[in-house]
Amino acid sequence: MFKNMARDFLTTECPMKLVRDMEDDEEGHPRELWQKMADLGWHGLAFPEEYGGGDGTFIDLAVLLEEAGRACLPGPFFSTIVLGGLPILDLGNEEQKEKFLPQIASGAMVMTLAFSEADTKLDSSSMKVSAVSDGQDYTINGTKLFVPYAHVCDWLICVARTKDDGTESNENINLFLVNKESQGVSCTLLETMAHDKQCEVTFHDVKVPKEDILGGGWNGVTEILQKATVAKCIEMVGQLQRVLEMSVDYAKQRIQFGRPIGSFQAIQHHCANMAVDVEAARLVAYRAAWLISEGLPCAKEVSTAKAWLNEACQRVMALGHQIHGAIGFTWDHDMQLFSRRAVAARVSLGDTHFHREQVASLL
Amino acid sequence: MDFRFSEDEEKFRQEVRDFIDKERRPDLPAIHPETEEEQEYYFEMKHKIGAKGWHCLAWPKEYGGQASIVKQFIVSEEFYSNEVPGIDLITVNMVAPCLIQFGSEELKSKFLPKIASGESMWCQGFSEPEAGSDLFALQTRAVEEDDCYIVNGQKVWISQASLADWMFLLARTEPDVTLRHRGVSVFAMDMKSPGVTVSPLRNTCGGFFGEVFLDDVKIPKSNLIGERNQAAQVALAMLGYERSGIHRIGSARAALGRLIEYAKSPSHNGAPPINDPIVRQRLADVFIEGEAAQLLAYRVLDLQSRGEDPGYFTSISRLFGSLFQQHVGEASIEILGQYGQLEPGSKRAPLQGMLEHHYLWSISATIPTGTSEIQRNTIAQRGLRLPGN
Repeated sequence: MFKNMARDFLTTECPMKLVRDMEDDEEGHPRELWQKMADLGWHGLAFPEEYGGGDGTFIDLAVLLEEAGRACLPGPFFSTIVLGGLPILDLGNEEQKEKFLPQIASGAMVMTLAFSEADTKLDSSSMKVSAVSDGQDYTINGTKLFVPYAHVCDWLICVARTKDDGTESNENINLFLVNKESQGVSCTLLETMAHDKQCEVTFHDVKVPKEDILGGGWNGVTEILQKATVAKCIEMVGQLQRVLEMSVDYAKQRIQFGRPIGSFQAIQHHCANMAVDVEAARLVAYRAAWLISEGLPCAKEVSTAKAWLNEACQRVMALGHQIHGAIGFTWDHDMQLFSRRAVAARVSLGDTHFHREQVASLL
Repeated sequence: MDFRFSEDEEKFRQEVRDFIDKERRPDLPAIHPETEEEQEYYFEMKHKIGAKGWHCLAWPKEYGGQASIVKQFIVSEEFYSNEVPGIDLITVNMVAPCLIQFGSEELKSKFLPKIASGESMWCQGFSEPEAGSDLFALQTRAVEEDDCYIVNGQKVWISQASLADWMFLLARTEPDVTLRHRGVSVFAMDMKSPGVTVSPLRNTCGGFFGEVFLDDVKIPKSNLIGERNQAAQVALAMLGYERSGIHRIGSARAALGRLIEYAKSPSHNGAPPINDPIVRQRLADVFIEGEAAQLLAYRVLDLQSRGEDPGYFTSISRLFGSLFQQHVGEASIEILGQYGQLEPGSKRAPLQGMLEHHYLWSISATIPTGTSEIQRNTIAQRGLRLPGN
């Protein structure tokens, strides 16, 4: 089974030592592992065969993403495939798809998406980075924040405002493919809790030739964010499952008062509560992923999934720490690797309040 | 992976919905029949559902069923979500499976047709004052005498005790209490037997469950369900039947639907409560929980319908559903404020006091058929294999 194969591969090729080393490494991009994954067909899994891909579905990719989450996979896999490749697949013209997708599939290209700005909201009105047209090409100015792996990427997709007429119409916001080496692009690595290489990216009169306009409008942005949100949820499911397993294993091994702590009711109930959260999380996340795979409307289900995952993560990580006691709070133990990553996941691509508001507006 | 029901199943669901639309009475959305009018409506519906063959959908075909857990689930989900009474889960989902698997041919032909038609109603004689979560500490005693057992004891917290014709009774057939479940048998007891006294206990909702006193009640040996001392195995027969807890989730989602309806309509100062961002967050929070609850129930159904053991999913679904019920109740009180305390029938009671009633009812949700604590023990020990004491 594909899932087992992926898990075995990552268990061998992505041990926790690598995860820790990459936290300390400025680039955080394990190139050998990256290429091995590309050679296995992971990068192009969800691309059509004609672009060097594996003709897989979003669900196929989800299986991989869950294992990646479980393994705390370091590097720009999520940003390249989910934030770079899928948008090009969905919104790109034929030339753009032929230019980028095969390179992504082969592992030759690293990508990311520059979306959040200073107020970190996910509304179109928050997009202030401007893209001004001279009739053909565009010039981008402004600053984007929390851009994953921008510092090692080759190209990035920038969400920018093309028209400022005081309205929030669909065409006022668009997507642009930007060569990272372009004049005027500068990246600063932000020091984050999960050491997950999020960057501040400044655009100063950055020229984007017309063939690199991805377009899409705000609707295009919304669709990209929906897929990315569900992909993030699936990653979170992988993390939650691993923390549950670690906690149960620890509870069985740790002896206090002459018996495993897992024989005490309080610990048993913590584990049970974690299991409930994990199973519910898995179902809401995969239900949303299935809707995306089927091309069915999914706005409410996507927000349902992210809101639930955010809160489930908080609870599961907290209980995981309780069960592990002091050792879970030490740097050398893996528990805190997961809980720091959980915070990053919870605040990106929509926090709980944002997604609850999305659901409320659809009630 | 498929998050859909089949076309056939959706057609059946529509059939059930059409039936419900014809029979629904918006003035009496009472799943738990308390007033006389509610009880009449309940029994009327119970018979109509029986006439459709919808009580026994999950039973094997040789007993008039369709061997379809999925269809039984759909019926439960639709009736409870639409607040139409008539489903008798205890009789149909718990007693009947035990009779089917362990009852003698005589008992099966005597009881199953009347259960299928909706004519008869059973109650469960399990809990006692000293035997709740610790069920097999029960002390009601059944002593063999000629061709009968003579039963003495007391049962408590019995739903539908005063309405039931028969009791599915757990009684101790071995004098040694330390044998626990290995000394307990299951009997079919006629509620009209001499020596049976039903005493109603008023619950917090103002409705009733029952206390049943058994004084030298004679039960024919032929009314033993399964073998003597086989209570634990007999109870296991229930495991193969619909165990998702969808009835509780359906009711809670119906209550949530009313709360959302309330929130959207203009309030006393004009603006609908749903304009308030705090209300929106709260409603979305509970709605999301309801989505997860429904998916957990579907997961149990999915496993069961494929003949797989749902394992700890049943406990997870049960626990989650009962907490969801309570959270809907809590959200109702928060959003309705002072009006939330007005009972059905009171002047100014919003939604005919239905949410006040739901709130009170949901207090009990985390207690019967396994308290939350017992569910968590089961999840931990059977599901996660954590060591027992």
